[in-house]
Amino acid sequence: MFTLDAFILGAGEGFNGGDIAFQLLMFIILMALLKKFAWGPLMGIMKQREDHIAGEIEAAEKSRVEAKQQLEEQRQLLKEARQDAQELIENARKQGDLQREEIITAARAESERLKETALREIGTEKDQAVAALREQVATLSVLIASKVIEKELTLEEQQQLINETIAKAGDLR
Amino acid sequence: MNHEAPLVNFLGLTFNLSNILMVTVASAIVFLIAVLSTRALAMKPTGMQNFMEWVMDFVRNIIKSNMDWKTGGSFHILGITLLMYVAISNFLGLPFAITYNHELWWKSPTADPVITLTLAVMVIALTHYYGIRMKGFKEYGKDFFRPMSFLFPLKIIEEFANTLTLGLRLYGNIYAGEILLGLLAGSLAATGAVGWIAASVPTLAWLAFSVFIGGIQAFIFVMLTMVYMAHKVSHDH
Repeated sequence: MFTLDAFILGAGEGFNGGDIAFQLLMFIILMALLKKFAWGPLMGIMKQREDHIAGEIEAAEKSRVEAKQQLEEQRQLLKEARQDAQELIENARKQGDLQREEIITAARAESERLKETALREIGTEKDQAVAALREQVATLSVLIASKVIEKELTLEEQQQLINETIAKAGDLR
Repeated sequence: MNHEAPLVNFLGLTFNLSNILMVTVASAIVFLIAVLSTRALAMKPTGMQNFMEWVMDFVRNIIKSNMDWKTGGSFHILGITLLMYVAISNFLGLPFAITYNHELWWKSPTADPVITLTLAVMVIALTHYYGIRMKGFKEYGKDFFRPMSFLFPLKIIEEFANTLTLGLRLYGNIYAGEILLGLLAGSLAATGAVGWIAASVPTLAWLAFSVFIGGIQAFIFVMLTMVYMAHKVSHDH
């Protein structure tokens, strides 16, 4: 059977002061030892991990922002490059147009000048030819006249002579 | 069932040697578990370190549910140690009990009211100590007259009631568990083959339930410790 004593504090063989003191002492020692050898290091590593994770997150955040910034920069650069290229092409086209215009104008002017020169040369040649003809005719007249004076000729002879002379003159030319 | 306790008188104090033994064993086991599982600490936790970190987080959550972490952080180590110690103590009496010369030697240390009440008194004393230290003596004293001054006697009674319930709840649960285990395994199973078979099923069930009870009681003990602590140290409640 149960004895009532087992349930009543301090009943029976006296107050269990030793148990109380021992339990208290053991618990305090246990707590101190655990703090030094187990909980302390464990808390340390947990704190360390917490810091590590926080640092990693921060670094990730920073690199993300950096990447975004760089992307923006690259995009800007690309845009600028594209714009530059566009400008260059535009310039080249304008330049080409201008050059074409110039070349055409120059060619036109050149042809005009050539034509002018040719016309002038033709004129000069013509004048020279006319002058030369005139001189020839004069000489021929003198020649014919002298022949006529040299010898009394029949009409046929005279005619023949004239023809000969003219032919000769033609050969002379 | 009617076991004597191995009592010894020493330096005018009465020692229950069974309690001394079991307290030592429980402390040693807690210490070994804690130290062995925190030997190879790593940033990437493995095995027992995970378990210990889970225990720490568990206690941290208990504390956080009662007070803000700034004041509660200093009770973290107390909480973890209490949880581990009480839980291990509760489990110690479950696998077997050892009697020698009609004296009960191996049992749960928490199946003795002296041990549980010692822990309870220690906890309550700590709450008063931290109440004075964190709020100052004046504020601490004023708390006994809040919210109404005529509640002062009740507040005084509350302190003793808290102590008694905190200790006796744990003791009662564990002691009852061991009594029933003793009856099943010690008396019913000893009546013969039929008794042994008849006892085995309820013993298994009761063992499982006792493990559950042991864990729950350890949790409740720590939870109430933090509740009482919060009552004493926080400014608004």
